[in-house]
Amino acid sequence: MANFSTNEFKSGLKVMLDGEPCSILENEFVKPGKGQAFNRVKLRNLRSGRVWDRTFKSGDSLEGADVLDVELEYSYTDGEFFYFMDPVSYDQHAAGADAVGDTQKWLREQEKYEVTLYNGAPITVSPPNFIELEITETDPGLKGDTAQGGSKPATLTTGAVVRVPLFISQGESIRIDTRTGEYVSRASKS
Amino acid sequence: MTDWRPGANHAIQRQRAALLADLRGYFAHHHVMEVETPLLCRTGVTDPALENFEVPCGKATRFLQTSPEYAMKRLLAAGSGDIFQICKAFRQEEQGVRHNPEYTLLEWYRLDIDHYQLAREVGELVAAVLERPGWQVWSWQGVFQEVLGVGAHCASREDLEELALGKLGEIPLGLDRDGLLDLLMSHCVEPGISDWGIVFIVDYPPSQAALARQVLDAAGELHGARFECYVDGTEVANGYWECSDASELRARFAADNRLRRARGQPERIADEYLLEALTAGLPPCAGVALGVDRLLALKTGAQDLDAILSFGWSRS
Repeated sequence: MANFSTNEFKSGLKVMLDGEPCSILENEFVKPGKGQAFNRVKLRNLRSGRVWDRTFKSGDSLEGADVLDVELEYSYTDGEFFYFMDPVSYDQHAAGADAVGDTQKWLREQEKYEVTLYNGAPITVSPPNFIELEITETDPGLKGDTAQGGSKPATLTTGAVVRVPLFISQGESIRIDTRTGEYVSRASKS
Repeated sequence: MTDWRPGANHAIQRQRAALLADLRGYFAHHHVMEVETPLLCRTGVTDPALENFEVPCGKATRFLQTSPEYAMKRLLAAGSGDIFQICKAFRQEEQGVRHNPEYTLLEWYRLDIDHYQLAREVGELVAAVLERPGWQVWSWQGVFQEVLGVGAHCASREDLEELALGKLGEIPLGLDRDGLLDLLMSHCVEPGISDWGIVFIVDYPPSQAALARQVLDAAGELHGARFECYVDGTEVANGYWECSDASELRARFAADNRLRRARGQPERIADEYLLEALTAGLPPCAGVALGVDRLLALKTGAQDLDAILSFGWSRS
């Protein structure tokens, strides 16, 4: 990969730092009148999601990271790996539990996910903002309780538990906002 | 990428025009002559912290000036008397919310005064432009002591590294002693004086004298006779009681080039016109360079120079 100098650092550039692939969030140039200039840089470690603050001497450089964001379809899991397929080339990518992380709660077959590939292997998997999943278990709905008011826990096919209104029953599909993990509505019937 | 319009709105463009007129009025009133000097010269600067833009001119290369200092000193040596200039200056790779690679500089020289007296004039001018009540003067050593609680001028490189690590958690590798001082200045002292209003820092360590003369104070301590003017933590001006000793400057330029070589930067040929002029005799004087764009940003409250410049780096 090419090297990038501090004056080429801009938001979204993917670089290697301490052996980890990172994405640059911010780059601020500082100089004390005369003398050595510095760049104060905020980077997101793409593997852990943590944000790092680092100071570089202006003119220092970092190696570019071989990082690619692709949209892949979830296929299945064998218990150890989660398999995603490129819908165009049919190439299959195996992602470990580390890479899938919390997205495991929102995995549905044939759904498309944004997968970040580092050196060709998945390091993060991001779900779509909204996803529809079936309820496998919840207490029976109460008659007449149709609108606002109480909620109850419901377990989904993925094992995730979300709060749903009391009128939702087992076997129904619901729409969830994956950013908050909250129930949005009943699934649109397809 | 395709926005053709200026970054500075009409009100700010008018304020710039008014500020330039006020500055010219101030110098006319004080009988300081306006001059013009070339921006594209045969030589660049040796200072390792500055990089000129290089412009091919036939088979030769010319350098866009990082400040009009050298040419203005040639005018002084030729007997100009007090002079000022408002011009563009160019510094490669300096870009950010407070930096534009091409910017407007006000530079002026006064005969027969030292850097303390010149700092007073800068204080009066900056306070008047920004409508501030006054200014503070701190020694370099004093401001480090006040903000960081250490006597930095006698601290070893290792002590400074430990201090910087303690304050910042993580620091770039391979900084020499002055690099560490610059790091502490830009990352601790500048934010630390951001609510002090107008602050002059005077009497720098001799290693940071740049083009200022080195003087002994009453305690027998050697200083660079230099000042920096900060407003709300932003540096706006840098002034010297000028070193007029040609052989001393020649030695500093050679030291700059040794540092450039060690760091893998291109070496820069010393400006022989300047050195000849100094040999002929630079009258005793103090000079200062003031960033006009930053002054305007402070006057208007703009957070980003892009809102002050008609067309900043990304629009030009």
